[in-house]
Amino acid sequence: MSGPADMGSAKPASVPSAAGRDRGHRVRRGFLGTLKLVNGPQTLGRGPIFWSGFVVACLLAGIYPLFADGWTVGNTAYFFTWTFMAMGLSVIWGYAGALSFGQTAFFGLSGYAYGVLTINIGSAYGFTFAALVLAVGLAAVFALSLGYFLFYGRISGVFLGIVTLSVTLVLETFMAQTAGPEWAIGAARLNGFNGMTGMPPLTVPWPGGDIALWPDIPLYYLLLGAMIACYLGLRIVVNSRFGNVLVAIRENPDRAEMLGYDIRRYQLGAFIIGSSLAGLSGVLYTAWGQYITPNSMGLYAAALPIVWVAVGGRSDLTATLIGTLLVLWVFQTLTIYGSQYALVVMGAMLLVTVLFAPRGLIIGVADLGGWLRARLRRGRS
Amino acid sequence: MLPSIFAFLFQFGDAFAFLVLAAAGLAIIFGMMGVINLAHGEFIMCGAYVTVAAARAGLPMPAAIACGALAAGIVGIVLERLVIQRLLHRPLDTIVATWGISLIATQGTLIVLGSTMPGIGTPFGSFSVGEFSYSVYRVLLMAIAVLLLIGLYLLFHKTRYGVLARATIQVPSMASALGVNTAVVHSLTFGIGAALAGLAGGLYAPTMTLVPTMGTAFIVEAFVTVVVGGGDVFLGTAPAAVVLAFVKALMINWYGQLFGLIGLLLAVIIVIRLLPRGLSGWILRGRE
Repeated sequence: MSGPADMGSAKPASVPSAAGRDRGHRVRRGFLGTLKLVNGPQTLGRGPIFWSGFVVACLLAGIYPLFADGWTVGNTAYFFTWTFMAMGLSVIWGYAGALSFGQTAFFGLSGYAYGVLTINIGSAYGFTFAALVLAVGLAAVFALSLGYFLFYGRISGVFLGIVTLSVTLVLETFMAQTAGPEWAIGAARLNGFNGMTGMPPLTVPWPGGDIALWPDIPLYYLLLGAMIACYLGLRIVVNSRFGNVLVAIRENPDRAEMLGYDIRRYQLGAFIIGSSLAGLSGVLYTAWGQYITPNSMGLYAAALPIVWVAVGGRSDLTATLIGTLLVLWVFQTLTIYGSQYALVVMGAMLLVTVLFAPRGLIIGVADLGGWLRARLRRGRS
Repeated sequence: MLPSIFAFLFQFGDAFAFLVLAAAGLAIIFGMMGVINLAHGEFIMCGAYVTVAAARAGLPMPAAIACGALAAGIVGIVLERLVIQRLLHRPLDTIVATWGISLIATQGTLIVLGSTMPGIGTPFGSFSVGEFSYSVYRVLLMAIAVLLLIGLYLLFHKTRYGVLARATIQVPSMASALGVNTAVVHSLTFGIGAALAGLAGGLYAPTMTLVPTMGTAFIVEAFVTVVVGGGDVFLGTAPAAVVLAFVKALMINWYGQLFGLIGLLLAVIIVIRLLPRGLSGWILRGRE
């Protein structure tokens, strides 16, 4: 990881002091105290204007299905399935400063795990949700073992990207060659390049008949709720002592270490959180469309989360979330009108963002707003 | 007995040549500039396409391969001027930017030239030892890989450019203060790295199907070699290629092609846990 020069425009001054303060007098927070952490130094958007906007956005998202047809709602739910992976990458890359290119490895692993579990055991008694938890747990265990080698080997930024990318590409190659009938786990055929199909969607056990969540309005609400919960939960995490230490490590790993933090443990923690969320995305994606292919771990799939998070603004959860939904929507619209140019536009978007708005477009716009306001205030006085 | 030993040696040499040729360009750009070039595979693809086009136009094979390397090198210099130069102080962002370039290049090639291109056959035929037959061209590639390492050593240790380039990576500000135009050195270095990728593409073009995504066939191996090798081409890439080629040849002999790749990956994960700065960091330990 590079030093402070890497984040030239950020505000490093506030960071180590925040970590130091928390360590100085470790306040025991109650439940409400913990909830208050949704507002903190590591997240943009704190004031009443922001939270009113947040409530309005939630309400709009809540009534949206009343004004749209089932297909569109299901499609929006599809966008939601990806946001978990994006927010997880924001924690790893944006907050902890460790660029992982291999989030799709966890995405694919969990997706396949969900498929194998539900095809073999079925969807009765709400087992699909148990499969969800197990598959995400598998991603977490995989992240723990891979992350142990990476972070405890003190792999620095650039290498981390390469190794994680290599892992996901090798997983793709492996899954792509499982076409033969000998590649089956129980009743679940892995099916090589064509991918695995036929797993049940998420199913809620209900007296008088289970409710299968096909891509429609109920699934939309479930994913919307999960997305908001995940967003608020991660805001609490990044504003907690743990999150402050992550930012301190991003800004200057050596200084964080001198202050007495075992940076390897914190980075591993962030990696596990982010990778589990990538796994969650994988399960939800698989359950949404009832299929998963090796392509979901390939080079292009691996590039996509990077694009969403970089374009939106990786160092803030709100910017990441808005950016992800925006880029997904733009990408889909492009695909409809000229599929072959979509990837070119993606690449160009990435290049332009890195060159001209290195902190991301959304944060760039937010910065511009703040600058204008300061300018106006100075003009008045 | 003897034929099977020869088979193993051939596989080892083949893997070694592939790793060295695939990784040399990436290793030079990383070692000299600290930039990981994710568009490496696309430079390889560029070299392969230009080589095949030139060979079909009637140029002899060596000249066609030189054209491929040159084309990739020129593209590399242009990209360095336009993009990489602005990002040198932000290493993580260079990965993202070169990935953007890679997406544009792959998809752009697909749009302009279509999904595949007619290739050229492997020259020189084959010879046989025992019951197996071997391609002469692949033996030639092994020799070229060794010659390339020697050539690079001479370039970086015996020429004026090499001295200036090494001065620039060691203490950029001092090199600059002494009158070295570090921007030009960086452009040239990136160009050389790209040209080496193009060379790899040109050399392997006769043995592969030409598709816009052919670069991906190289990058995992190239990355792995650079990660294991660390920042130095001679003390890193070369020994890393020896070690990894041995692992790969062994795994392929026992389990097949895919497990060769998996073996490589496991080797990398273990090596980085033990030697975080790669083989060259370990060989040069205590020298800095």
